[in-house]
Amino acid sequence: MSTNIDKNTPAKDMTIGGNIYEAGNAVEFKTGDWRSIKPKYISEKCTQCGLCFPVCPDDAIPVGKDGKRTDFNYDYCKGCGVCAKVCPFKAIEMVNEE
Amino acid sequence: MPYNLKEVIANKPSRFTSGHRMCAGCGAPPVARMILRALKPEDHAVIANATGCMEVSTFMYPYTSWTDSYIHTAFENAASTLSGVEAAYKSMKKQGKLPDDKHTKFIAFGGDGGTYDIGIQALSGAMERGHDMVYVCYDNGAYMNTGIQRSSATPKFADTTTSPAGSVIPGKMQSRKDLTEIMEAHHLPYVAQSIAFANFKDLYEKAEKAIYTEGPCFLNVLAPCPRGWGYPTDMLMQINKLAVDTCYWPLYEIIDGKYVINYKPAKKLPVEEFLRPQKRFKHMFKPGNEWMIEEFQKEVDKRWDDLLKLEEMTNK
Ligand SMILES: Cc1ncc(C[n+]2csc(CCOP(=O)(O)OP(=O)(O)O)c2C)c(N)n1
Ligand code: SF4
Ligand code: SF4
Ligand code: SF4
Ligand SMILES: [Mg+2]
Repeated sequence: MSTNIDKNTPAKDMTIGGNIYEAGNAVEFKTGDWRSIKPKYISEKCTQCGLCFPVCPDDAIPVGKDGKRTDFNYDYCKGCGVCAKVCPFKAIEMVNEE
Repeated sequence: MPYNLKEVIANKPSRFTSGHRMCAGCGAPPVARMILRALKPEDHAVIANATGCMEVSTFMYPYTSWTDSYIHTAFENAASTLSGVEAAYKSMKKQGKLPDDKHTKFIAFGGDGGTYDIGIQALSGAMERGHDMVYVCYDNGAYMNTGIQRSSATPKFADTTTSPAGSVIPGKMQSRKDLTEIMEAHHLPYVAQSIAFANFKDLYEKAEKAIYTEGPCFLNVLAPCPRGWGYPTDMLMQINKLAVDTCYWPLYEIIDGKYVINYKPAKKLPVEEFLRPQKRFKHMFKPGNEWMIEEFQKEVDKRWDDLLKLEEMTNK
């Protein structure tokens, strides 16, 4: 199934009923360019307390199998600042997007 | 097993992916994602989603944020659609057309407009018929997707585009419908009210109970909308905490008719602390409008006291 469609794509190239056959393929759609400010991860201050893990609406905080987070996934982060506000250790700072 | 946030996140991959088009800071995606994490990884789910913000922004052709089977339904009938799927599944299982060792769970998501208002008949019917499904209302207190029109879940005095606060009316004139109690009146095996709070233990555990209790179960989850409520997007978790600390949105569950209040704030905060950061209540803080805050507080106190009494009564 092609996700490469635009206003000139003929209807016959669309799936019947608008069905989508690829589970979770929205990951192909990057939302990072919505951002005007961005979170900066200050790993030295992070205690891996976990409080920011579940709050990100855009699932842009990667957490590994070891239960530890790594740097933000800027492909999707929309810059809402929710993560920075919950961090008790000031390990996330909101900065201007260059 | 006791809840462990890190283990849940590390071992249960997200079933609601990035790349959706809900607004920055929207309260609904963290709720939906955590509810789905309560599924056992080996179980499959069929999701029915009523038209509303969540539906239009997570399943925009040709992209889906859902890794389970997903049906876009109309605004009013997520519950009937899903009940039909559940009935078909049961029948096919009985006929041996589906493997015995694989399990599918059925979860509907609807906004407050799609649930408290236009979808309530479909919901009531599906619950009464006893389908083995969970209906989740993500309540953001208005018809957000179409431009912040008031619903029966909108709190009294809220300024919305169809209840504009001004010299004619003080915002919405009516008080909020209590849908959780209406669902309890169906005598369901499990009914609960939750929110994304602290480490999400409350939400996860309620989702797990609702999904794995046989029969029709209902979850009502407050999911703030920064755009419609008018608070800074980064305040999501603080707004949620204020909603529970003021007892505006009590966290409780009803298991076979027995009420359990899951969180009783050590110090119940005045409701104005929840109202103040939100532009939809701004007019309530103007000189001369103190009566609005007083009336709002009275209603919150009354509902909280009623809940405390229900807990006492049903646990005698
Ligand atoms: C029968 C019908 N009437 C009106 C609409 C237009 N409509 C689409 S979504 C929506 C509001 C949804 O509100 P809610 O259920 O609270 O979800 P939210 O967008 O707030 O998340 C409306 C009125 C529709 N799709 N179908
Ligand atoms: S700023 Fe918002 S979108 Fe970006 S990582 Fe933090 S919570 Fe997620
Ligand atoms: S909330 Fe802060 S300290 Fe805790 S895991 Fe996130 S970044 Fe690290
Ligand atoms: S309008 Fe509100 S509920 Fe809808 S996506 Fe935006 S923040 Fe979320
Ligand atoms: Mg709504």
